[in-house]
Amino acid sequence: MTAQSTSQPLPFPVHGTAGVPTRGEDELLTGKDFTSNQEVRWCPGCGDYAVLKAVQSFLPDLGLRRENIVFVSGIGCSSRFPYYLDTYGMHSIHGRAPAIATGLATAREDLSVWVVTGDGDALSIGGNHLIHALRRNVNITILLFNNRIYGLTKGQYSPTSEPGKVTKSTPMGSLDHPFNPVSLALGAEGTFVARTIDSDRKHLTSVLAAAAAHRGTSLVEIYQNCPIFNDGAFDAIKDNDTKHDAIIPLVHGEQIRFGAPGEDGLGTKAVVRDEHGVRVVEAADVDPAQILVHDEKAEDPGLAFALSRLTSAGYLHQTPIGIFRNVDRPTYDDQARAQVNTAIGAQADTGTSPTDALAGLLHGTDTWTVV
Amino acid sequence: MSKQVKQLDRVIIRFAGDSGDGMQLTGDRFTAESAAFGNDLSTLPNFPAEIRAPQGTMAGVSSFQVHFADHDILTPGDAPDVLVAMNPAALKANVGDLRPGGTVIVDTHDFTKRNLDKAGYAANPLEDGALGDYTVHTVDLTGMTVEAVKEFGLSRKDAARAKNMFALGLLSWMYGRPTDSTTAFLERRFAKVPAIRDANITAFKAGWNFGETTETFVVSYEIKPAPMVAGTYRNITGNLATAYGLVAAGVRSGLPVFLGSYPITPASDILHELSKHKRFGVTTLQAEDEIAGVCAALGASFGGALGVTTTSGPGVALKAETIGLAVMTELPLVVIDVQRGGPSTGLPTKTEQADLLQAMYGRNGEAPLPIIAPKSPADCFDAALEAARIAIKYRTPVMLLSDGYLANGSEPWQLPEVETLPTIEPNFATEKNHSPAGAGEDGQATDFWPYLRDPETLARPWAIPGTPGLEHRIGGLEKGDGHGNISYDPGNHDKMVRIRQAKVDGIAADIGPTELDDPHGPENPARVLVLGWGSTYGPIGAGVRRARRAGHAVAQAHLRHLNPFPADLGEVLSRYEKVLIPEMNLGQLSLLIRAKYLVDAIGYNQVNGMPLKAAQLEEVITDLVTSLDTTQEA
Repeated sequence: MTAQSTSQPLPFPVHGTAGVPTRGEDELLTGKDFTSNQEVRWCPGCGDYAVLKAVQSFLPDLGLRRENIVFVSGIGCSSRFPYYLDTYGMHSIHGRAPAIATGLATAREDLSVWVVTGDGDALSIGGNHLIHALRRNVNITILLFNNRIYGLTKGQYSPTSEPGKVTKSTPMGSLDHPFNPVSLALGAEGTFVARTIDSDRKHLTSVLAAAAAHRGTSLVEIYQNCPIFNDGAFDAIKDNDTKHDAIIPLVHGEQIRFGAPGEDGLGTKAVVRDEHGVRVVEAADVDPAQILVHDEKAEDPGLAFALSRLTSAGYLHQTPIGIFRNVDRPTYDDQARAQVNTAIGAQADTGTSPTDALAGLLHGTDTWTVV
Repeated sequence: MSKQVKQLDRVIIRFAGDSGDGMQLTGDRFTAESAAFGNDLSTLPNFPAEIRAPQGTMAGVSSFQVHFADHDILTPGDAPDVLVAMNPAALKANVGDLRPGGTVIVDTHDFTKRNLDKAGYAANPLEDGALGDYTVHTVDLTGMTVEAVKEFGLSRKDAARAKNMFALGLLSWMYGRPTDSTTAFLERRFAKVPAIRDANITAFKAGWNFGETTETFVVSYEIKPAPMVAGTYRNITGNLATAYGLVAAGVRSGLPVFLGSYPITPASDILHELSKHKRFGVTTLQAEDEIAGVCAALGASFGGALGVTTTSGPGVALKAETIGLAVMTELPLVVIDVQRGGPSTGLPTKTEQADLLQAMYGRNGEAPLPIIAPKSPADCFDAALEAARIAIKYRTPVMLLSDGYLANGSEPWQLPEVETLPTIEPNFATEKNHSPAGAGEDGQATDFWPYLRDPETLARPWAIPGTPGLEHRIGGLEKGDGHGNISYDPGNHDKMVRIRQAKVDGIAADIGPTELDDPHGPENPARVLVLGWGSTYGPIGAGVRRARRAGHAVAQAHLRHLNPFPADLGEVLSRYEKVLIPEMNLGQLSLLIRAKYLVDAIGYNQVNGMPLKAAQLEEVITDLVTSLDTTQEA
């Protein structure tokens, strides 16, 4: 048999939460309604607290019924997240949350499915599931807490740790070349790829809103400080003295400028295209028309990938923050349901009950009767 | 010329050729014709793992054995009566299995020096008397096929490919098979390529006519239909029956079926089959790996679907951690292991039943789950339905242990009345179920406790996302009894481990007594019991029948449920002086039986990738019974 291609026409693009029941206008919920009765047990000062608070405050804004929201996590500090949210949740096994969420999201159109994972969970033991979720474009939102260290196992280097990092398992320095999660996601042709920071609640919330609105797999990398095993990993982007030069803000439709504000009120540094991708220049040195205008809707992920390469490979001195890519592509789960619903509809049209259809299936074409 | 018709009560035919010769199709068609004729039958396909091993070599030989009879039979047969060999390698690989005096039909076309060399024949066995023990018919099947189909203008290669249909036509004549279904099949199969269609049909008819007219074959045979229970029958393989059982489980439970699976021999056909049945609400996801397959199924189960994953032994090893998660989260999940030769990659296309202990114990921690094994290809239907019933009723992963022989082998199946199949009630939780002590004077529940159990089944409530007021979190960490929140309390863990075990053990009350066949009854039981499980049912049953016909008293019991065992199994075993356990492994059921019941079970173990043989079992049984008789006399 040769492979055949069929396509299912769908209304498109569709909002990320389309099909999920919404609350009535009088059914007001607050962050408190999304807070479970379980004591939060992260270390004092952990960046996870800020993300939890931001998510709890943000969830009511989705306007969805609380019982139709599900958080699935893997293993690691951040994967305790679902216990602290009063939604449905599953704290699963190491690395597998995207695969579990894929099954759940495909089986249930009426759920808003979120995955909470970390750099070890998503990029090391679960790397395969992550890239395949992105490839399939299942309608789930993945929050990847990147603290660049293994916290729960008490301080080994992670797949995002900088080379040479001295940890309990690498006393002479880590030999591993790290992943850049955004580059990886773009390489897997993720349709929504963003990066934000635990301590910037406003930006974090705006990215969450955009991720939820995106239909398909949304990957949100959240830089998150581990005060115990990797404190200060993100100081450059958090310190008031350095963050202007460290954060390259990506805003759709705007020129990519950063650094201390210049005479025009915009950053003195700019990103321009070059032969092989993009590079950082002094804004004053180039024609303003040369400065790259960020386009998260660009179909080709090449430019977004080039931007992702502006992230420092070692200690984080510089990184773009924002939505790198946000494009529409039919989702796996919508199409899988469409195939099933088409087949069910065709059978219903014939007026055959499932029981009669089953009898017909079992009977097949070649039978004989013994009397 | 007058032709003679001889009556036979049963015949075993093996078609053997190169992987590309279409032997599986030929066997399938002969089987379908025999089924339509009304014989009882049993089949054994046997093929290499390589898709196309080098042509003409021993490694590339593919065969299909069919046993058909005028009475109830249980196995594909030990030794073929007839071998159809399409080339020297097929002859060499199979002729040793033939019964003495059997018939060999050889396509002489490929008996060239080159092909004889490839097969490792120093001299042509058709000429040097090597086949003296057999009745040999040498026929240029290929040459006659090419001649018969020349009018269709095919290339010589394409024309020669119809030789399997010529062989099928000849054998169909020899055994009086009805030909209509094969002609109709060829019309359907090659509808888009008229020349190929016509060539195949012509070759098939030419083969039949050759049998009827040539002087080479003077005898044809008649094997009367077998008396069977009144009803409608079809032929079915184990993998197809498994797939149908899962579709039926969906219909009978009202749940959508969600299959997460990764291709693996010999289980892939279940994935292929289920992917065709979306109209029954079946979703199939071909996952990125074995782990993702079971994870997606478990995620779907969390959402209220019947989650299923299909695999073979290596895949079960990869899925183990997720199956443990299903044990901990107490969600329904059906795990189908179509066992093959192991360890590691082992023998992908050969059969074995060496995953019983993996199914039983192949997870970290105390992680019990129910295990069910079908006993024949058609029984896979009922076994799959039973696996789903237990998974849903008890909120537990269930392992179904099929194997390569069941998967590809076939037998007649009496179609069930769909209305009489068991109904399965998902009983989703919709209401809160708990009040804090002292509160709720009116008896109104104020909380939802996801681990508050049904006192009878010990099953926990299945509250699916979307159910208002029952929001809860589950996961792999130990659960507090009842409320289900994380608990590291030592006493709680001990309690929960015991509860999970008790839940699975309690299923013994729900599965019926041991299926025991002892003609002498409990008052005067035989002294020897033969105990088996899974696909060995056929050979064991045939071996027991033969021993009985020889005058030996012997009882047979076959286990469908391997965990828990039927409640009366210990008592049944205690009635017998000797318990013989034949298995296609090194004694895995024996180990469990010895451990649980302190019975000194005797193993009969064969691990050669092939089903047990009835003749060997007859001998083992007879020796055991005789040794007891001798002991008594002494």
